[in-house]
Amino acid sequence: MTDQTEPTPTAIGALQDKGPVSEPRNQWLDVWDQFRRHKGAMLGGGFLIFITLFVLVGPLIWPVDAQTLDIRNKDMRPIYTALWDSTSKVGWHRPLGTDNLGRDILANLIEGGRASLAVGWAAMVLALVIGTAIGVLAGFFKKLDFWLMRFTDLVLSLPLLPLLLVAVTLFRQPLRANFGPETGMFILIVGIVGITSWMQTARIVRGDVLALKEREFILAARSIGTSNGKIIRRHLLPNVISPIMVSATLGLATAIITESALSFLGVGFPSDFPTWGKLLADAVPRMEEYPERVLLPGIAISLTVLSVNYLGDGLRDALDPRIRGR
Amino acid sequence: MGVSDRYCCFPFAMGAMISQCFPWQIQKSVKKTATTDTKAVSNMEYDMKLRTLMMGAVATTALASMAFAAGHEGERGRDGNVSIIYWQAPSILNPFLSGGTKDIDASALVVEPLARYDEQGQLVPWLVDEIPTTDNGGVSPDLTSITWKITPGITWSDGTAFTSADVKFTYEYCTHPEGGCAQQTAFQGVTSVETPDDLTVIVTFDKPTPFPYGPFVGGTSPIIQAAQFADCVGARAPECTEANFGPIGTGPFVVDNFRPNDVIQYSANENYRVEGKPAFAQVTFKGGGDATAAGRAVMETGEFDYAWNLQLAPDVIGRMQEGGRGTPVAGFGPLVERIMLNWTDPNPNLSADERATAAHPHPFLRDPAVYKAMSMAIDRPLLVEVGYGQAGKVTCNWVPTPEVYSSTTFQCDQQDLDGAKAMLEEAGWVDSNGDGIREKDGVELRLLYQTSTNAVRQDFQALIKDWWRQIGIDAELRNLDASVFFGGDPGSPDTFQKFYADVQMYANTFDGTDPQSYLGNALCDKAPRPASQWQGENISRFCMEEYDALHATLGETAGIEARAEIAKQLNDMVVENGGMIPLVHRGRLSAHSTTLGGVVLNVWDSEMWNVSDWYRTE
Amino acid sequence: MLTFTIRRLILSVPTLLFISLAIFLLLQLAPGDPMSQVPLTVPPEVKEKMRQALGLGEPVHVQYWKWMVQFFWIEPQVFIDWLTRESTLFAWLPDTSLYDGQLRMISWQTRGPVMDLVVQSLPQTLWVVGMSYVVGVLIALPIGIYSAYRHYSVFDQAGTFVTMIGFSIPPFFTGPLLIVIFAVQLDWFPSVYNTVHQVVDWDSFVIQLRQMILPVMVLALQTTAQISRYMRSAMLDNLNQDYVRTARAKGLKEGVVVMVHVLRNSMIPVITVIALGIPSIFGGAIITENVFKVNGLGYQLLIALFANDIPTVMTFTFIFAILIVLFNLIADVLYGVLDPRIRYD
Repeated sequence: MTDQTEPTPTAIGALQDKGPVSEPRNQWLDVWDQFRRHKGAMLGGGFLIFITLFVLVGPLIWPVDAQTLDIRNKDMRPIYTALWDSTSKVGWHRPLGTDNLGRDILANLIEGGRASLAVGWAAMVLALVIGTAIGVLAGFFKKLDFWLMRFTDLVLSLPLLPLLLVAVTLFRQPLRANFGPETGMFILIVGIVGITSWMQTARIVRGDVLALKEREFILAARSIGTSNGKIIRRHLLPNVISPIMVSATLGLATAIITESALSFLGVGFPSDFPTWGKLLADAVPRMEEYPERVLLPGIAISLTVLSVNYLGDGLRDALDPRIRGR
Repeated sequence: MGVSDRYCCFPFAMGAMISQCFPWQIQKSVKKTATTDTKAVSNMEYDMKLRTLMMGAVATTALASMAFAAGHEGERGRDGNVSIIYWQAPSILNPFLSGGTKDIDASALVVEPLARYDEQGQLVPWLVDEIPTTDNGGVSPDLTSITWKITPGITWSDGTAFTSADVKFTYEYCTHPEGGCAQQTAFQGVTSVETPDDLTVIVTFDKPTPFPYGPFVGGTSPIIQAAQFADCVGARAPECTEANFGPIGTGPFVVDNFRPNDVIQYSANENYRVEGKPAFAQVTFKGGGDATAAGRAVMETGEFDYAWNLQLAPDVIGRMQEGGRGTPVAGFGPLVERIMLNWTDPNPNLSADERATAAHPHPFLRDPAVYKAMSMAIDRPLLVEVGYGQAGKVTCNWVPTPEVYSSTTFQCDQQDLDGAKAMLEEAGWVDSNGDGIREKDGVELRLLYQTSTNAVRQDFQALIKDWWRQIGIDAELRNLDASVFFGGDPGSPDTFQKFYADVQMYANTFDGTDPQSYLGNALCDKAPRPASQWQGENISRFCMEEYDALHATLGETAGIEARAEIAKQLNDMVVENGGMIPLVHRGRLSAHSTTLGGVVLNVWDSEMWNVSDWYRTE
Repeated sequence: MLTFTIRRLILSVPTLLFISLAIFLLLQLAPGDPMSQVPLTVPPEVKEKMRQALGLGEPVHVQYWKWMVQFFWIEPQVFIDWLTRESTLFAWLPDTSLYDGQLRMISWQTRGPVMDLVVQSLPQTLWVVGMSYVVGVLIALPIGIYSAYRHYSVFDQAGTFVTMIGFSIPPFFTGPLLIVIFAVQLDWFPSVYNTVHQVVDWDSFVIQLRQMILPVMVLALQTTAQISRYMRSAMLDNLNQDYVRTARAKGLKEGVVVMVHVLRNSMIPVITVIALGIPSIFGGAIITENVFKVNGLGYQLLIALFANDIPTVMTFTFIFAILIVLFNLIADVLYGVLDPRIRYD
């Protein structure tokens, strides 16, 4: 249906257009148009914006300190439990209840979300960048392939736990001295999660590039003298965007969960620094009595991952000229 | 990626709480067949319950009733299978090569010592007729030797006779310099073990030993069979996989199948010395998982009969108990959860040779006002309620038990935030720049508070940080993987010996009932330092000449009253001068199925000490 | 292709040697101490003696050399002896007695041969993790293919929703959740896996099946989510290609178009993911095995890591490395089979 909007370069005299039928459209505008039509992507994007705002400006709207202990008001239930159980301990001043030391769960979710989202995004982007770079280079340049892939094998086979402990031993003190305890830890965690989760992306991208670079359009590009860098940027990367998008979605979930696992090993954030993963993990022993404590952070993680997934789907569709054309 | 790695190093309370632990005070304890007392008690209770049940029954023949009442008496192996779950899996069944509680307990079903501690901490004869004392002539008057008389007729599970040669062999096995035996401390000071005949063992010490019950006593020092381990002495010890995985013992069970780090299957020892015991024909000893899962398997699903060391928050235990299939039981040894105060400066800007060593005293923790205020700000009853419930008690002492050694100088069960604030004000610690943190002479009260990773410890950290914050002391929290924290790797900055923090929290205890060597942990020369490869037990680097002198006096003093008096003074000196802030006297909490009878929780010996008395109640 | 395979196989040897060195050095560098689980009541001197007895005092290069000899020379001898003596396949061969009592690789926790631990835990891992992988792949492929074919249909949306929720919930939550529901509340399945259970007849097979269901469910959820996403996205990339139109235009059946033409061209990322996943079967599912107390390889590795049992960790990790190198090679070969345009020479 958008056929007529594309400028036709045919030049048979009488049919020649005097001027463009309509304004020439920017490619990115097309992408945006297509993207906007993708309901899932819009919903996902909307939710991501909402959750980001929720964790960023949340403390202004809900100014309760996440770390204040209020032992008299411990183990409060969320306000909605009053609907079916009038005897439960609820109160509007603690709308989502409190944990076993009386810390406000809503405030913890807000503060934990900030850390989880920051770690998740940063680590995921880091892993994607490293993974894509290594994958494309290995797939495209035959000389690099062997070395880069053997390096990938090496990193894949290193045991994670000792690696973490070594990283902590070597880098915690300098990072702490230069960036303070929390930022230092953040850099360390993002670094650790990032550099231990790029391998799958690299292998997948490489596999696709190996197949793509033998295709006719790459040959065509090469035959008109396109430089390697341009071939990679204009022809290869757009064609491996969909596995990269999937890796991104899965990578975000993995990063958020891995962060919580790290804090168990004493490698993560200090214990008084909540994250969604840690809230979830801490609540597991009490999940029968207080299901909300596992469900709320669990839902937050799931919805975030789900919306990134839909966002990725929409982006993929929007960037694919064949789908965009339909 | 280990998420369920709640492998906290649970320092293992094994020892004895006999206040009358010296030979001249031990009453003549005549051998009872295993533990007649406890059996009698449960027997009586059982009978009474049964009688109430039987009230309405009409057609109950006397015979049937007798069979019922006898309940847990009868032929060997009548009760089928019993399953035990430990959330740490045993990896070897030779207690001399491991030292871990899990391994010692798993081997306690098979190998036995000459005498054990009972649940009161009293010595009971096990493979001998009576406990040697000076009164019965078993201990020489100069206290340099002890003579054990083995009960005649005891056999190994393979049918061969148990003799004094086996006992002597055990001594040689463990003291071999290349063997790496974990229980060498038990044989400290032993010069020789002689065997004049098959049933007599004479242990000689290098000096008068007021407490000669180290060797061959308690679950950590069992006897292994000479015939089986003859080729496994010294450097060859690790090569004897078969023997290490299936030791032959005198105990109620024999190993059928051992899968390291997973499961052990035992069956009843046909040559066991007591008729009609054990009641169970098989034991399944499963290891692994975490404490929550273990508690659930006993108290909620009923898949297992006994779960060891459930280090869980009281509310979690309470809910599991509602499952109705099991009951928790608690027992107390001398285990104390404490905050150690660093006497030295852990400032990272100091060079590696000087950081956290006596070269630089701590900038503010040596001020009595600071550490006393820190202690006063802590609400210990609340800590107990949140963290340990029935398995914890408030304590202000380093040595909380045995009773005679436990000081009564301090009161600390009341939190006093105002008093703490006043004390700091008075000492000149005031918040002059309005950031909520007190300072004096440019030194701010900011400290790094580290501990091992463990849900309860992290809750404690949060609570204590909050209270300290209220009196104007800021704490940065750090939790470390237990295998690093409690490991002695001199290359790691995160071990508790290096103590690169201002305060740290963990628990410690002592073996036996005599705290002398435990009190020695605060001697100046026991401090970890670069020269000692960061090894040493004086974690806080506490150092006082008076203390060292008084401790030396303790080593020369005999007589329980006098010793107790000195021990109390030593305890008070450490607490008063800011070596540590004791928090909670911790017990051990295990759970058993409601259908499992005869369980007597014993923190002074192996928890499996009386497994031969266990039976099925229905 | 054959030359490529052979060349890569030969080149794998130095690669693996280098990897083994890297792992060894990493483990040496990592903080930790095999004595960390020994109670604090054992004095430092005794701990030091125990360390010496484990051979910790020796220089690093000596320890590495010892390990190499044990892994590449002594253990294969034991294995060949076992093959010719007890295995059902090769027992007809004359008994070899290559192994003559040199020190094998000894675990620091059990003081028994590390290989015994491997042999002991391999069946559990294959049963549970392997099974879950097969189940996961078998569910994931159809889901992925159909989701892409009926893009944005109800099935596709539902599939996306369920798999993404499944993937974003960690197994340390799903495991206990399933236990609480199916073992505690409903009492259908056991919460603890019985590793000594023997399958001899139908009834015992049913018991085995029951105890496997929960861990397999937890693990299959993760596998399914991952593979079906890659499958779907690769199919979507190919469904709109010109060659599909051509294939349809020349009158091929829809089934042939999708299942032969499109599927084959979409398999490259999926093969990569599956090939990366198979070594991780042998690496075990650490968390899930621990939650259900399945004594598999991952569980053994976890215990060894926490006990700082370096010989065990080293051996397990190295076996894992061999599988990674091997399966990545297999994946590379499969790329060439799936897409003949890919050439390595």
